Amino acid sequence: MQGQRLRTWLFLAPAGAVFLIMLVLPLVVVIVFAFGERAPAGGYAPGFTLEQFANLPARWKAFSNTLVMAPAGTALCLLAAYPLAYFLAVRASAQWRTLLLVLVIVPFWTSILIRSYAWIFILGGTGLPLLLQDLGFGAIRLINTPFAVLIGIVYGYLPLMVFPIYVSLEKLDKRLLEAADDLGSPPWRGFLQVTLPLSVPGVATGCMLVFILLMGEFLIPALLGGGKVFFVGNALVDLFLQSRNWPFGSAVAATLVAIMLITVTIYMRLIRRLGGGRDDISLM
Amino acid sequence: MRLYAFAIYLFLYAPIAIIALFSFSAGRSAVQMQGFSTEWYGKALSNTFVTEALQTSATVAFTSAVLASVFGTLAALGLQSVRGKVRTFFDALIYVAVMVPGIVIGIATLITLVTVFAWINPLLAAAWPFGEAPRLKMGYTSLIAAHTLFSMALVILILRARLAGMDRSLIEASSDLYAGPWGTFRQVTLPLLAPAILAGFLLSFTFSFDDFIIAFFVAGSETTLPIYIFSSIRRGVTPEINAIGTMVLVVSLTLLIVAQLTLRQGGRKAAG
Repeated sequence: MQGQRLRTWLFLAPAGAVFLIMLVLPLVVVIVFAFGERAPAGGYAPGFTLEQFANLPARWKAFSNTLVMAPAGTALCLLAAYPLAYFLAVRASAQWRTLLLVLVIVPFWTSILIRSYAWIFILGGTGLPLLLQDLGFGAIRLINTPFAVLIGIVYGYLPLMVFPIYVSLEKLDKRLLEAADDLGSPPWRGFLQVTLPLSVPGVATGCMLVFILLMGEFLIPALLGGGKVFFVGNALVDLFLQSRNWPFGSAVAATLVAIMLITVTIYMRLIRRLGGGRDDISLM
Repeated sequence: MRLYAFAIYLFLYAPIAIIALFSFSAGRSAVQMQGFSTEWYGKALSNTFVTEALQTSATVAFTSAVLASVFGTLAALGLQSVRGKVRTFFDALIYVAVMVPGIVIGIATLITLVTVFAWINPLLAAAWPFGEAPRLKMGYTSLIAAHTLFSMALVILILRARLAGMDRSLIEASSDLYAGPWGTFRQVTLPLLAPAILAGFLLSFTFSFDDFIIAFFVAGSETTLPIYIFSSIRRGVTPEINAIGTMVLVVSLTLLIVAQLTLRQGGRKAAG
């Protein structure tokens, strides 16, 4: 028995060490630095002050942009993903289902950098706008607008929304719909009263995943928003890599994570009250 | 309904297809294909910035994927026989590693390692017995360590799902037939886990190979392929980026499809 315990600890030791050194320690450092002062040459000087947090309004625009665009992007993803998830779970034939599902998930794991670049190519001056101009629509600017950022968001995060909704719809007992049909209720009522409530856990999981990732987004606004539509992530890159203001940057990062945690907690409470547990977060 | 699904698939794949198509254009136009040529691939592959970045990315991705697979597999197996506080602690760490935005992980690792190195380097220089002491700095090691963290959490999640779905009767049968714990592990558990471990390895490799945001902060003076692509895009769209992008996509698509297939087939086998 002693041997087995020793073995268990040996098995857990390397992973535990990586978690402690590369996750716990860095997060603690961010919190400590957030209360520190900026060294004259940039970087961190020890101290205990709330000055950095008092300075947060200086980056208000980044926070307000993120808090508008992240929910908007999540909602658009949901609107685009739900019908597809429904199609895959309820309508698609069994032999095609796996392939179609894999085709949805695979893009999510490929480089978001290159996928966003593809949209620079399409929405940029020599792409779609030039085509529209040739068709007589006048000069239209698409790149570096909130529209371009939202397209990039839906393109990047759609797969993450489809999967959890699919999982919850797949479990749907189709006999319930048949029963509703037999009892003479029209299809849209069957959908509203049977399908929709049963898919709530999947919708909740999908929205939460997309929302969390959007809160920390940097690449999509950097590439498709062109400095006009910037998120907290863009402010962080600026603070750490350009102005090297570590304590203020740490305060911004800590605030971002705090906002995320608070929103997610409130959200989960609400969903639980609305009924239905949470599906396991599974991406594969 | 069918039409809508078709439109979404078009939306998902058309941009990738356009990039791939234009990477074979002979001209510089982004609207019109100007003949067919593999010129841009030749240009990209003879650009030493690209080949060096590719080498860095591949080394980091391979090393971090190996470490993540080994550490993650050991941890998933170890966690099976742990309950209580340790279990809760590990669950929380895995959750935090997956949920905290990459950008926060990136900056946190940057400021921590730079601070720690600034402490250690003078000590190391003072204590080093012969010649010049090595200086710790951001680069390969920090890249590998930061990528191992996320990938390892991923491997643990995948393996735990597989261990939970595994048919316990096979293991019981094995010990009924007087196989020792090690024999059972080697001849029953490991073969059943192998597809999930392979899938975890491939996903880890893809994650590291494609990661931009964490690498952007912790790479130090090294340049990974995504960092090179990002700085090139900043300088303007060129057909050369189309060619590099297409190659990166082909690599990750291939690995991902293999990962999906092994995971799905292995899943069926393990469930008995």
